[in-house]
Amino acid sequence: MTARTPLWPILTDPLLRQNPVTLQILGICSALAVTTSLATAITMCVSLTVVVTLAAGLISTIRRHIPDSIRLIVQIVIIASLVIVIDQVLQAYFAEISRTLSIFVALITTNCLVLGRTESFARHNAPLPAMTDAFGNGLGYSLILVIIGGLRELFGQGQLLGRQVLPLAEEGGWFTPLSLMLLAPSAFFMLGGLVWAIRSIRPEQAEVPEHMPPRAEPAE
Amino acid sequence: MAGFDPLNPWRRLLALPNETRMKTLFVAFAVSAVCALLVSGATVLLRPIQTANRAAEAQARIEALVRGIPGMAPILELSGGTLSTVVIDLEDGAAAEGVTPATLDEALSEPSNWTALDRGADLAGLGRRPDYAQIYLLREGEDVSLVLLPVSGAGYNGRIDAVLALRGDMNTIAGMAVTQHSETPGLGARIEEPAWLAEFPGTETRGLDGNLRFSVARGDASSAYEVDGITGATRTSNAVTQMIRFWLGPEGYGPLLAAIRRGEF
Repeated sequence: MTARTPLWPILTDPLLRQNPVTLQILGICSALAVTTSLATAITMCVSLTVVVTLAAGLISTIRRHIPDSIRLIVQIVIIASLVIVIDQVLQAYFAEISRTLSIFVALITTNCLVLGRTESFARHNAPLPAMTDAFGNGLGYSLILVIIGGLRELFGQGQLLGRQVLPLAEEGGWFTPLSLMLLAPSAFFMLGGLVWAIRSIRPEQAEVPEHMPPRAEPAE
Repeated sequence: MAGFDPLNPWRRLLALPNETRMKTLFVAFAVSAVCALLVSGATVLLRPIQTANRAAEAQARIEALVRGIPGMAPILELSGGTLSTVVIDLEDGAAAEGVTPATLDEALSEPSNWTALDRGADLAGLGRRPDYAQIYLLREGEDVSLVLLPVSGAGYNGRIDAVLALRGDMNTIAGMAVTQHSETPGLGARIEEPAWLAEFPGTETRGLDGNLRFSVARGDASSAYEVDGITGATRTSNAVTQMIRFWLGPEGYGPLLAAIRRGEF
């Protein structure tokens, strides 16, 4: 174990440099599904961040006592329990939003991001850095979701958080909503655009191509 | 080691190497016990709030249902803007004696106030049916002009609860609202979408011979007794058909509807 891990880089690294969504391409499924409006995206982000942080804290606390043979099951059980608790809380206090999120809260359990963080980081580090890392990853995920959710709601409905920002053409304004923005493919396009933008600014994130296209091979 | 220390066995257990069978079993057991406690605690503590939420939502949907029926707003205003709530005895098709909306929950917690259904009659897959139901009526003068009937049935993933509104002839559907369901999101869950529910108003339930003919069609509706089916959700569509046929039939609100049609209610 390292003697003292500086916390600041652990927190800020996953925001851009190691972003779980754009660099590691994790958690895409929920990123596509819950970003039709900003409010659902934010609720999902908060839920995921809480789950990943608490799970990292718990798993890191008992990390020395988890037998390797059952470590994945132990982690999933802890994550799943936290997710159920969060889901119940949402159903009780945010009934409306919980209905829009439908099954996606429950699916946080299977979000690779959560298990990825607990398996690769929390299991080998003390609770404080583990929770910092998880929180940072939650923020990184949230950053991307909020950007996509905001753009989709803005261009799909001309609204932000349910408030009309762009005057609709139907009501005498100039803005015609792009209904494509409300469908899942638009999130794919935007995510692709974001990945491209980030990797153009930070070329070190681009992956080395695994295969050369056939035409590049020397023809003799 | 004569000194007795209650923490000792615990410490010894924790000090065991992680890979021993004892430790593995212990960790597995402890983690599941703590998680089980956490999950059941949250569920039990939060259930009252969730139930209240669902009740409020069901009420809101009923109100939206009434508001959405064309021509209902003026009638509502005439009758003071409120629906009268009646608890009826399903078997007699008349107002229940001694059960009021306030005491309905209590009455239904008695198993003796439920009737078991045999397989042939149990179209909606409910198994048993309450003897009392709370319905909403709207009167125009003496005649009943609209009746709201809560219905429920077994869907694909769980129970579907809905409210069916019938016009004064007790045959034409005036509207439908799904108050609770757990169908597959994107497929069966489309039963709660206004676009699909908008198919219901104007649909007739009984043919000229008095037999129930209502159904959710496969594909597009082709007669006055059908509404369009939902692609990819045949089981949910069938469940809705069966649910409505059951509740309008003799085991459901049949006796009540007959009484209203005779003008006895």
